[in-house]
Amino acid sequence: MAYLEQVFFVVALGITAWFITKRVKLIARAIKLGRPEDRSANAGERLKIMLEVAFGQKKMFDNPLVGIMHFVIYAGFIIINIEILEIIVDGLIGAHRVFAPFITPIYPFLINVFEVLAFGVLAVCVVFLTRRWVSKVQRLQPERHRELKEWPVKDATYILVAEIVLMLLFLTWNASDSVLRDRGIGHYGELQGVVPDFLISQYLKPLFTGFGDGALVAYERAAWWLHILGIMGFAVYVTYSKHLHIALGFPNVYFSDLKPKGEMTNMPEVTKEVQLMLGISPEQADPSGGNENGEQPPTIGRFGAKDVEDLRWINLMNAYSCTECGRCTAACPANITGKKLSPRKIMMDTRDRLEDIQRGWVQNGPEFKDDKSLLGDYITVEEINACTTCQACVNACPININPLDIILQLRRYKVMEESQAPGSWNAMFSNIENNMAPWKFSPSDRFNWADQVNQK
Amino acid sequence: MTQDTMQYAVPTMAEMMAAGEEPEILFWVGCAGSFDDRYKRVTIAFVRILNHVGIKFAVLGPEEACTGDPARRAGNEFLFQMQAVSNIQVLNGYNVKKIVTACPHCFNTIKNEYPELGGQYEVIHHSTYLQQLINEGRVKVAGGESFKGRRITFHDSCYLGRANKVYEAPREVLAALDADLVEMKRSKANGLCCGAGGAQYFKEPEPGNKDVNVERVQEALGTGADTIAVACPFCMTMMSDGVKNQNQEERVKVYDISELIAQGQGL
Repeated sequence: MAYLEQVFFVVALGITAWFITKRVKLIARAIKLGRPEDRSANAGERLKIMLEVAFGQKKMFDNPLVGIMHFVIYAGFIIINIEILEIIVDGLIGAHRVFAPFITPIYPFLINVFEVLAFGVLAVCVVFLTRRWVSKVQRLQPERHRELKEWPVKDATYILVAEIVLMLLFLTWNASDSVLRDRGIGHYGELQGVVPDFLISQYLKPLFTGFGDGALVAYERAAWWLHILGIMGFAVYVTYSKHLHIALGFPNVYFSDLKPKGEMTNMPEVTKEVQLMLGISPEQADPSGGNENGEQPPTIGRFGAKDVEDLRWINLMNAYSCTECGRCTAACPANITGKKLSPRKIMMDTRDRLEDIQRGWVQNGPEFKDDKSLLGDYITVEEINACTTCQACVNACPININPLDIILQLRRYKVMEESQAPGSWNAMFSNIENNMAPWKFSPSDRFNWADQVNQK
Repeated sequence: MTQDTMQYAVPTMAEMMAAGEEPEILFWVGCAGSFDDRYKRVTIAFVRILNHVGIKFAVLGPEEACTGDPARRAGNEFLFQMQAVSNIQVLNGYNVKKIVTACPHCFNTIKNEYPELGGQYEVIHHSTYLQQLINEGRVKVAGGESFKGRRITFHDSCYLGRANKVYEAPREVLAALDADLVEMKRSKANGLCCGAGGAQYFKEPEPGNKDVNVERVQEALGTGADTIAVACPFCMTMMSDGVKNQNQEERVKVYDISELIAQGQGL
């Protein structure tokens, strides 16, 4: 019987590992669809930002109360994982609290810490569910934000409920185990005097005092198994879910932009052409010798971005890291005033596009490519044209995601490849081209203002 | 020298060069500062302050051209780079080292986006420059209008604030006025855009239920301020239009920080 449990455990662990490996490879391949860009420089500065923003959750504390609550879940996630280690070893070798005899003096302390965190996680998840469904925090409402309809709002609820259930299983498992230990039943009794009652689960013991020995063992086993199988299932689920930020948040912050928020990424492939046209820097452009038969510039892809493979890989990692909290959208002036643009939707659409491509790979082979594109089939021109490039979304993101960068690359495609811009933008372009100002004034009048400096 | 006898002058780089001189700073006026009737008054106020302090400055005059910012944000990289590369040729031709501008968009573009195209300058927004002059004691707010008892709220420009983290300089400049400074709820890093950025200024807004500038002006009016201070030509227009939209133009005025300083100095 015990061996059967061990075999089952190994199989469950194996299946989990296989699924996760498969998903990680797919996601990595999807991120690599993006244009290459070297972000390895400034490791020290990047590390510092990752410690502050990812590990330290600095930006989450812009709202201190929510920051503290999120920190509880985050700390719980990291620290309770130590207990998972013992559970896995127990499962593999068919032991019960295998570490207890070796670290007897600190074992109760450790479990107490886990229990307090587990209780904290449970409580915060209840508060977070309340914020979504009862007090109706605006940025989380599908009625107000169309990108949250259907799956995203379910996803969010599943995650919170799953975490509550897992924590309840963990705490009641400890409680039922304590009662079994008190009764001195089987191997449970062996830890009598080694392992005491724990800080939180001791209060749950009365729930189990009415249980017969058989029922109690059954509950203990069921809770143990459901807890660990739940964690395995959750780990796989996370790779499909917005909750992937628990893993990708860290590299995402590490590789985030270091330049000032107002600085747009340069397009060096354009510079060469511009220099040629202006007849400058002959050592680079050489207008006399460099004609169509001469040296071709390195192959230029599309100007701007039409689809995910035109974006940079960091934009795609951003999309997988987004947990759809909507702080970006709540700060977006366009969204606040009822425009279609929502920076969160830009990130969700980018991920949806990637997930659709992934599904195509799985179903039709790794070379599969459908005829859809990010701009047009997922994101509309009306959305990207509503952006004021104010960077409030970039500033608001707790893990330094940059929706603006995607919007601007889509705009570049629209204008440079398709020559499609609102009429008044085209007028502005031609004014700049002809009059050196975005308005239709004569360039020779540019200095006329100086005539007025001595007028009262 | 009193204000009455003071003759203001605006030397150009070409004149300076011909005279074999080099200015301390190049004042980059920008398109709005050159052509927009309202913002020309800001340009003039700033130039009067520079004259009053005795700063050796110059402007490019007719040689100045749009930095390309609105074209770039609208997606027209080619046009942006045409503007940028030509401007850099002019600036480098005059061996310009230090640029001061009253436009956060020009400021951001020249400071952050020109270096990669060959234009390396020290670029300062006029709010920071004024702050320096005040701190050095070279600008003293005296001899003009009194601001005592007046309520001023400062509206952050996105391209000055979030884009380049200049939050304190304009506020310190305003502090020199001895008025009551009141903050809007959304300020500094959380400041709400006026609605003009990203080339929105040059087109109709997309369909929605409100204009961004109205949303922002309502917030500004909520502070009870009689003056909305700005530090950007586009914020200036958007906020002024918003105040008109709310029929408050008699009671609430929109001024650039340099205008307020010039008023305080009686310039």
